[in-house]
Amino acid sequence: MTTSPAPGAPPVLSAQALTKTYGSGQSRFEALRGVSLDVRRGESLAIVGKSGSGKSTLMHLLALLDRPTAGAVEIDGEDAASAPVKRINRLRNERFGFVFQQFFLTAQQSVLENVTLPLLVAGVAPRERTHRGMAVLESLGLADKAKNKANDLSGGQKQRVVIARALINEPDVIFADEPTGNLDTATGGQVEDLLFGLQRERGITLVVVTHDDDLAARCDRRVTIADGLIVEGAGR
Amino acid sequence: MRTADVITNATRNAFRSKLRTTLTVLSLFVGAFTLTLTTALGAGVNDYVTKQVATISTGDVLIVTPAASTDTTEGPDAYDPDGRQQSAQANPLGAGTLLNDDDLDAMRDMDGVDRVEPVRQIAVDWVAPSGGADDERYELDVNPTSSIGRSDLVAGDQLDQEADEAQIVLPEDYLDALGFADAESAIGEKVELGYTDAAQADQAIEAEVVGVARTSLLAAGAGVNQSLTDTIAEAQAIPGQPDAYVVAVATLAGTGDDGAVTASDVDDVKAQLADADLAGQTVEDQLGVIQTVINGIIGVLSAFSVIALLAASFGIVNTLLMSVQERTREIGLMKAMGMSNGKVFSLFSLEAVVIGFLGSAIGALAAIGLGSAISTALSAGPLADLPGLTILLFDPVNVVVVILVIMLVAFLSGVLPARRAARQDPIDSLRYE
Ligand SMILES: Nc1ncnc2c1ncn2[C@@H]1O[C@H](COP(=O)(O)OP(=O)(O)OP(=O)(O)O)[C@@H](O)[C@H]1O
Ligand SMILES: [Mg+2]
Repeated sequence: MTTSPAPGAPPVLSAQALTKTYGSGQSRFEALRGVSLDVRRGESLAIVGKSGSGKSTLMHLLALLDRPTAGAVEIDGEDAASAPVKRINRLRNERFGFVFQQFFLTAQQSVLENVTLPLLVAGVAPRERTHRGMAVLESLGLADKAKNKANDLSGGQKQRVVIARALINEPDVIFADEPTGNLDTATGGQVEDLLFGLQRERGITLVVVTHDDDLAARCDRRVTIADGLIVEGAGR
Repeated sequence: MRTADVITNATRNAFRSKLRTTLTVLSLFVGAFTLTLTTALGAGVNDYVTKQVATISTGDVLIVTPAASTDTTEGPDAYDPDGRQQSAQANPLGAGTLLNDDDLDAMRDMDGVDRVEPVRQIAVDWVAPSGGADDERYELDVNPTSSIGRSDLVAGDQLDQEADEAQIVLPEDYLDALGFADAESAIGEKVELGYTDAAQADQAIEAEVVGVARTSLLAAGAGVNQSLTDTIAEAQAIPGQPDAYVVAVATLAGTGDDGAVTASDVDDVKAQLADADLAGQTVEDQLGVIQTVINGIIGVLSAFSVIALLAASFGIVNTLLMSVQERTREIGLMKAMGMSNGKVFSLFSLEAVVIGFLGSAIGALAAIGLGSAISTALSAGPLADLPGLTILLFDPVNVVVVILVIMLVAFLSGVLPARRAARQDPIDSLRYE
């Protein structure tokens, strides 16, 4: 999967004039006010901006987790709004990997079970789930923790488990919301190395939301959001 | 998500909060336990009554009483000197009005009626072995309706209603007292019956033992044939009193194979009786009334267990709502990873079904265990006089139906929480703190 983008191929993700409005009346709030953005295959893109500027909102829209109030998101040139729910679900399941702002690990379940959740959702047989789960944990140096309760891991280990979970379905695109936000500099650095390594080796497209300048600097490209608008680096 | 995975995950989720699940299961247990017991009670008693009907009913007799008054004219009725007499006492078998000889003749003339005999109350003072001494006399009740049906025989034959000789079917527990070694040896022997005639003189009559009967709920006392009944009844009739009867028994002539009486024969005669202002009931009809009463009582008992189930179903709703609340983020995550609303719904509703299955299966098993013990103890003790009665009859079909019904109730209780989970917006769930 180390294909470099063919010239003229449509971008993996394309956002056109996205607006997102929360609430109504007095509490009406425009989190995004017309954002247009292309994400090219295989690149790493950093979305930066101050807290509350709308970074997570934009990422959720790009990842088809939410629907924009106006505007459109295209996946490989195809409009997502017109696709049936079932197709969107499959798309997220098979082509996207998620690293959310919090870990979202199920505390009482084992590390292996947490990691193989996307495969469970996909309907993969139990044996293969275990097999693939162990392989991915192995590659992240967590094989010996597979049977442990997710709750019993350290913060950095948890974050690596979360990344293992995002990788297990061999996605095209990984969305990572503040992947190093909860970690100290050293572990944060390790997690960054991991993500960029994957991007390079497997040609995975990386969309990273962060307010960490160092992390943003390591990305191929960065867009800065302020008050729901792109103020720098739309790149189109 | 595979169906097998949905089931295993739903089962595991049900046990995540063990205490909460246990309490909910317990409340279902109570409902399942009582419902299993009440249905078993209903099945046991009904089964017994049905068996009794099967052994007792000859299927070819109608019990005839005057039709209940359907007079709708206002004011008192005009006196008719040839009309029926009113009974001086209330009696449980018939209406207040009595049958007279004209009624009997009218019945004899009906198509499809073979014989008509009035049921006459006779009083027998004692029974003794033939030629027995005074201290070998025992009190004996005669079943006035012994001509209606068959006895549940241990040995011998049914009474021959058309025979000229006096015949008797003895209850099983008289064998010892009358000096018979066993039921077989009593058959064909003679016993002596003593009674008091209308003139208050002591009389005795010999009767042949043709059969020995099991004690039964529906036919207590000895059975005697028509010839013996007639003899005693005539001796006991007060001279000069017009003949009037509470009930008469019409034996039907069948038109079916081998002279069997078919349902349409019965309906024919019933219709003719109705025209003559009489009411005819088969033994099954009469027992149908008993069964209706039994079913009514069982119904009321079952209603209580249904109330318990209703309370338990709110427990399920509550348990699952808490479960959905606790797992908000997990649901959001699974939906973000592409799990469909339908699968989320089945995951939670199945959790309810698992709880329902546990409660109902454990409840039913406990009911069967305890109920069987109670049933055995009762049959050996207080109900020993009613052989063949299993007071609690656990029919596998009934038990399975109870379990399925409770699982359905659990599923329905799970619908609201499961729908809430299925409709959760993944973004809201992921933002949920
Ligand atoms: N469901 C909602 N209802 C109302 N307002 C919302 C909702 N979700 C987000 N917002 C608002 O939208 C704005 C953008 O939120 P968003 O989560 O995208 O910020 P962010 O850039 O990711 O910030 P942070 O860096 O702190 O994570 C915020 O002001 C937030 O209060
Ligand atoms: Mg954010």
